[in-house]
Formats: sequence, C-alpha cells, structure tokens
Amino acid sequence: MISRAERTVVGEWWWTIDRLLLGALAALMIIGIVLALAASPPVAARIGIPDPFHFVNRQVMFLVPALIILLATSFLSPRNIRRIALVLFLFFLALVCATLVIGPEVKGARRWLNIASVTVQPSEFLKPSFVIIAAWLFSESVRRPEMPGQFLAIGLLGMVVTPLVMQPDFGQTMLVSLVWGSLFFLAGLRIVWVVGLAGIGASGLFIAYKTVPHVTQRIDRFMNPDSGDTYQIDLSINSFLNGGWLGQGPGEGSFKKVLPDGHTDFIFAVAGEEFGAVLCLMIASLFAFIVLRALSRALNDEDPFVRFATAGLAMLFGLQSCINMMVNLHMMPAKGMTLPFVSYGGSSLLSLAYGMGMLLALTRRRPRTATLAELERLGTRLGAPMPRPA
Amino acid sequence: MSIVSSLSAPAIGRGLLRLPHALLRGLLAIVRAAFGRGRPEPHAVARARIVLCMIVFGGVYLAIGGRLAMLASAPEGAVARRIVATDAVASARPDIVDRNGLVLATDVKSASLYGEPRRLIDVDEAVEALTAVLPDLDANELRQRLSTDRGFIWLKRDITPQQQREIHNLGLPGIGFMTENRRIYPGGTLGAHVLGSTNIDNQGIAGIEKWVDTRGLSDLHLAGFATDRQQEPVELALDLRVQHVLRDELFAAKEKFKAIAAAGTVVDVRTGEIVAMASLPDFDANDPARSLDPKNLNRLTTGVFEMGSTFKALTFAMALDSGRFNINSTLDARGALSFGRFKISDYHAENRVLTLPEVFLFSSNIGTAKMALSLGVDAHKAFLAKAGQLDRLRTELPESAMPIVPKRWGEVNTATIAFGHGLAVAPLQAVMAVNALVNGGYLIPPTFLKRTREEAMALGTPIIKPETSAKMRYLLRLNAEKGSAKKVNVPGFYAGGKTGTAEKVINGRYSKTRLLTTFTGVFPMDNPQYLVLVMLDEPQPVEGTYGFATAGWNAAPTTGKIISRIAPMLGIMPRTDVPPAESLLANTTLARVQ
Repeated sequence: MISRAERTVVGEWWWTIDRLLLGALAALMIIGIVLALAASPPVAARIGIPDPFHFVNRQVMFLVPALIILLATSFLSPRNIRRIALVLFLFFLALVCATLVIGPEVKGARRWLNIASVTVQPSEFLKPSFVIIAAWLFSESVRRPEMPGQFLAIGLLGMVVTPLVMQPDFGQTMLVSLVWGSLFFLAGLRIVWVVGLAGIGASGLFIAYKTVPHVTQRIDRFMNPDSGDTYQIDLSINSFLNGGWLGQGPGEGSFKKVLPDGHTDFIFAVAGEEFGAVLCLMIASLFAFIVLRALSRALNDEDPFVRFATAGLAMLFGLQSCINMMVNLHMMPAKGMTLPFVSYGGSSLLSLAYGMGMLLALTRRRPRTATLAELERLGTRLGAPMPRPA
Repeated sequence: MSIVSSLSAPAIGRGLLRLPHALLRGLLAIVRAAFGRGRPEPHAVARARIVLCMIVFGGVYLAIGGRLAMLASAPEGAVARRIVATDAVASARPDIVDRNGLVLATDVKSASLYGEPRRLIDVDEAVEALTAVLPDLDANELRQRLSTDRGFIWLKRDITPQQQREIHNLGLPGIGFMTENRRIYPGGTLGAHVLGSTNIDNQGIAGIEKWVDTRGLSDLHLAGFATDRQQEPVELALDLRVQHVLRDELFAAKEKFKAIAAAGTVVDVRTGEIVAMASLPDFDANDPARSLDPKNLNRLTTGVFEMGSTFKALTFAMALDSGRFNINSTLDARGALSFGRFKISDYHAENRVLTLPEVFLFSSNIGTAKMALSLGVDAHKAFLAKAGQLDRLRTELPESAMPIVPKRWGEVNTATIAFGHGLAVAPLQAVMAVNALVNGGYLIPPTFLKRTREEAMALGTPIIKPETSAKMRYLLRLNAEKGSAKKVNVPGFYAGGKTGTAEKVINGRYSKTRLLTTFTGVFPMDNPQYLVLVMLDEPQPVEGTYGFATAGWNAAPTTGKIISRIAPMLGIMPRTDVPPAESLLANTTLARVQ
C-alpha cells in the first residue's frame, strides 16, 4: 500500500509527511490517555459521577474523531487549507459571537454553546483557522506590498479579540494576540512597531489588571502568595514535590485527589506526582521537539504563506503548552489553559487535531517545483531572480 | 559518544573553548539580521526572526525543565513544609542564650487545630463535636468559617495534648492537627525588651527575634529549608544574672523614689557588649501584646532624652583633649551667663573662680558652658558628631530612635548642650560616648551579641587621646570621692561616675519639679571594665533624701547598689585598700585599655 513504486495518494502522503512530528503527536495522545486514567477518576468522584472512568471514556471517544480530523487535514494542500480555514473561520467567528447572546453563563463568562446537548467552546476552533487567515494576510503583505495585508490583519485581530474580551476569556485573547503579534514580527514588522505593539500589549495587560478583579487577584497572588487563597497552586507544587524524580507510582498520588481541575488545566501536576519529573521532562521535550521541528520547517520553506502558517500553528501550540506548564510550576500567574492533547476536553482535542493536521500538511515535503509553480502562479517576487521551472 | 571518544582530549578542549565564541557570533548575526536597519530582504528577515523565535521557545522549555528538576530534587519532607511556608505556620527558630549559655528563648512544640472546609462532610456535626471539646470556640463563627470553600483554615492555635487526643478520637474528616513551634521565654520579664517577640506564626516581629529573622532565617523559611533540626543558638552578650540584679535594683528604686519609670544598662566598656539592659515598666516576653503599650517602650534605645549633666563629661573630654584646658585650668563661675532672654546659672552655685575639677565636682553649668564656648560652636558640633551623638545609633535591635538635634545651632545651643540640655539622644548613645571617655578613647558601637576585645578594637575609632581618657577617669573618680557622686562610692569597688539631673520639658517649658535623673557609673576606675547607667523618670524626694530629688540622691545610690552586687559576678573582687584619685593622673601607662 505504501510502496514507493506506485504513486498512490496514501503512499505519497506517507513518504512526504514528517513522520517524527506525527510520532511525537501520537506519543502525546497516548500520554494523554494514560494520564486521564490517573487524573480523572478522583475528579469524577468529586463531582458525583458514578462511573470513575467517565472522563477517560470520553477522552478516548473524542480521540477517534480527532484522529480522523488530524489525518484527513494532513492530506490537504496549502491552497485547500486556506480555503477551508476561511470557511471555518467565518463559521466559528459567528458562533463565538453567538455565545455572547445565547451562551449559558458559567462562572461569570459566556464561552460555551450547547448544541444538541454537547457543550462546545467555539473559540477553541476559531484559533487554528484564525492563525491560517492571519498567516495568509501577512504572506500577502510580503508578497505584494501594494496590498494592504497588514491593515487587514489588524482588522482581523480586532474581529477576533472583541468577542473574546466580551466573553470574557483573557487566556484565549492573550494567546491569539501573542500568535498574531509573532506572525506580524516574522512578516518583517519594523522594530519601532515591535516596541509599540509590545507597549500596547503591556498596557492592555495593565488595564486588565486594574479593571478586571479576577485578573488583579491572580496576578497579586502570583506576586505575593499571602494575598489570597493559593490552594490550587500550592497543591500543584506539592504534587511535583511529592512526585520527585520517579513519581509515587500510578494510582499512588494523594494530592491529585484534592487538586481541582486535575484532569484539565493541572494534569501536568498529576503527571508529576504519579510518574515523576522524568515523565514531565519527557512531555516537555515532546512539546519542545514539535515546536522547534515545525519552526525549523518554517525556516526552510520558501513559500511565505506556508512559512507563516507553519510558524503560527507551531507557536499557538507551543505557547499553549508553555503557559500551561508554567502555571502548573508556578512560574507565572494562574491562567486557565489546557495542555495540548494531554488535558481532557473535547473541543480542545478536536481543535488541536485540526490545527496539528494542518501543521502536518504544511510540513509535508513538497517538490520544489510545486512550490515554485505555486509562487509563480501567485506572481511572487522573491529576493533572488526566480529560476524558471524546468 | 563514539565521536567524542575518538577525538583527542585537547581537540575537545579547543572546541569547547571556541563554542561560546561561535555561539555568540551566530546570535549576533541573527539579531542583526532580525533587527537590521533599513528594509532588508523580507525573506532573510523572516528567517532570522524564526530563528529568534526558536531560541526563545527553546529557552522557555529549558526553564520549564530546570524548574521541574529543581522541584524534583527538593529534599524529602519538602511537601509538608511547603504548606508550612505558604500558610506561615510557626517554624523553628534558633534558641537565644545569654553569654553563659543560659536559655533566654526557646521553641516548644504544640499542636494546632486546623480545618479543611472542602473536605468536611458534615459541618454541623463538626461544629457540635468541636465546641464540646473546646467550649471557648464560638459555634456560630466556627460554622460560618467551616462552611466556606477554603482549602485551609486555622481553628485554634496551641491546644493541649488532652484536647488534641479528644478531638482526634472524634474522627472528624477534614479536621487535623499540625505541630507548631511556639516561642517560650523562660526568663519572663528578664531581657524582654532586648529579646523582642514573635507572632503567632513564630516569626520575629521585634527585638533580637526580628534581627534573627532579617539575618536570613525568614529566607530560609520561605525556601522551605528551616527545619526542626537543631539550629545554632544565637549567643547574646547579656548576662542573665546581671540582668536580674539590674532589674531587681531598678524595680526597688522605682518603688522607693516613686518614679514613673526606671531604666538601666550595664555595658562592658572595653568591647561595647551590653551585659544587661532593663527598662521599667516592662512586660512578660511571653505576652508580646503588652510590648505595644507606649509606657513599656525601651527607654534606652527607642526613647531620646536630654541627658543633663552626664553630658558634661563629654564637654570636659572635648576641652581636655583640645589642649586648651588642663586639670589646673580655672574658670570664672561668678554670675550667670546671659544670652538674650536666656540665663544660665548653677544649681550648686559657688559664685567664684573654680578649678577645672571643681567645675566637674560642683557640676557647674556656667563653667562647662564657658569651656564649650571657648572652643567654638563648630568644634563642639564636630566633637559630638565624632562621638556619635548626632546620628541614629543602630544596634541589632530593629527599634532605634533618631536624636533630636537643634535645627539652628548657635552659641546658646552650644552653651546649653555643653551641660546636657537642648540635645536629646538615646541613653545608649550617651553610654557609648562615655565608654570611649574611660576606655582609652575608643568609640565602640554597642552590641547585644558576644564580641571579643579584638573584634571591638577593630570596630573602635579613637575619639580622644589616651591621656585625656586618664584625666576623665580621674575626674569621675574624684567626683565619687568628693563630688556629687559620693553615694556610688561603695567600698572596695573603686567606682566613679557622673550624676545628671535634667529638667523635663513639660508643655514647652523646663519644669523645676519633674526631673529625669541619671547616673553613669564606671568601675573599677583604675582599669575600667564596666559602665552602669541608671535613669529614673520623675523620682520624688522621699525619706532620707532631705527633700532632694536630684541624681546624687536616687540614681547614684541605686548604681552603687548595683555595682556592689554585680561586680563579684563579673569577676571583680572588692579590694580592702584603694588608691586615691590622684594616682590615676600619675599612672598614664594604664590609660590604654589592657
């Protein structure tokens, strides 16, 4: 089936896909199931679900469509990625706006939608398609300086950030803005503007700190643990301390029994307690590998769109993982963010599968001629005079 | 591995040496490309900036790895102490001992009761059961606190083993005990001002206790490293026996002379070590709340006073040291000294020309002021600054007071400050200066910690000549033989000293009846070792003082009693025959501290 002799679609996919990247993602998913087995039964017991493996079953159940999405997306060509992303972007942007109107209020925020008894967080799905659209606009601005790609990109950010701030969801807002800013930076933003944007970001954070009480609290608590209840983060740190290098052993953790969100935002701490720093280091290295590998692919790709899209997806993934791990380790203020593929969460899993599927598709080895043909078609002027395709 | 082993060692060494240089050059190239001026080729900019992003991500992941490794290699038992640190649970403190190793402060373990509302199953049951064992817990408040969603609350600190056993037997989930350290001061009131206090979390909040914390103990706690294992005790200069005598005599004097307050200290003049320090009214160190009462402040370090005639000793030392005056100088003390509407007169007015020792013995304000004036305002100011009287004196105690120095310092100020009015200093500050007058001339900052002579000499700065110091000893001894300090001349200890009676400022005027009397005694005068300061606030004339309330009648005899009791403890035996004061002048070889 995957012989080099015959050119089948699957065969071509197998030989061009970045198999190491694929392997790393698969490893993360497997670790996710193992950790769900460790972390979620106590959570289920605490919130009164009779089946201790409720969350594990659901995680596995969601993995099936996730895998399908991941693989299916990885077959797409860059042009189709762009098209699908545009459709999905508009669709989910509409849904995000809908949460403001018809979403149920949970803990003071409207972030979810109940669709046929399934709770969906549309902002999760919005992120990857947003990155693709932003990458496309930035690549256009590089390709054709006469096109107002950068202005459109600024408008795009505004379109996405406004409903997110209104939800309110500062975690996603921060994530989306950071990725967008990084793409702008890659697209050759002048240093003056880099400084300016950083200033705007910092003042945005400062305004949030001054005006939004729970942001104030979280930052205060990080700076000075005595200023409030640091129960969750204390438990998290205790989990790591209790785990040591090799962990207490599967099922032997004790802090996980009381750690809130142990199956989602704080699964890294549960991993630390039961399997020790060794597994945590492995997880961190897997993330680092995926991010750095994807970025190095972006480095070597000549198509600006592919480059920016790859880098954007990698950074989205990387930022999310870094923020989650750093919160768990008390290296930054508490911020609700899941650990990609490892934390429990249906919306997040499917959206990640979509994002990483695109990453796989974009990092596939394409014949240089195909790239050049594509660039030619778009009339790009690269720095060097373009060789005519043979 | 195989590649590495196939290389020769020097080659690897050279490679390693070149590595940082190459890395730096590469980084510089990337940064230059990423931030290049003008508008370079977008392709190159994007590439360089992606590399920059990779470096940043790599760094963040490395930091995460580092933090993981740090937590993983934290010592065993760090888990419990992490709760300890965040909830500021009482943590172990080192013992504080006196100079002979007697315990002044130590930790005692006791159980404290806490609740974890989140884990509690039946709040009502818990409230009922707990209030049955601990009737002083307020049931309503308890119910309210246990009904919250908090992870941890203290219910009662420091419960008895009996109560702990009973609560343990209740078997309530979400209710637990934590062993805490509580600070105990076996001496009670003894040295309470010096020791300070700790709060319920066993953190030092005043006195030496706070000093111990600022010396790194609190950092140690935060890092979770302060453990129950025996910590090196903190050795103070204090001598518990001397401390007891000092407080005992001060207490008796305060009662006898109906003073509102009494304070005193014993200091080793050769090292600056504070061997005893007491300030009455005082408080039990085990009851730290009472230390906050302003009446109970440590008058020697946190109060400032116009020291009265005690300050004359400084003026004399300055005058003698300048060379302008000697023991045979004479001063005209006829008639009061006038500065506009101010008039300086003598309490024991002689109205004649006095010799310099006479000025000292009669405590002549006029003579002393004239001496200071003849040297000039600037010299006077410079000398007092050199003697540490114009700046805040800092010791190990976190509490200290700033001297009150006149903003505009003219001749009239010099004249009054010369005899101890118009400049308010912390008494310990004056003690430091008088030490220097008798110990050969070295100003040594006082300390509450043990210190050797060598350490003291390394810290000391000479402020007067050794010969001047010898003359000051003579004057102080002479004063005890013939002057106002006769009551300190307890047989055999060869003490000397200077009285000081300052009129207190009441409503902006000096009061004739409300006095602050001080006595600064030193013994033995032929080889001074200890200084005793006694201060009485508003002593009254009582039976046996013939209507006087000046220092010579109350502070001086109290000092005498203290000296006769503490000298043997400090290894100074009474002598049957003592040399006359004049021998001190002849024997300048003794001038230097031995």
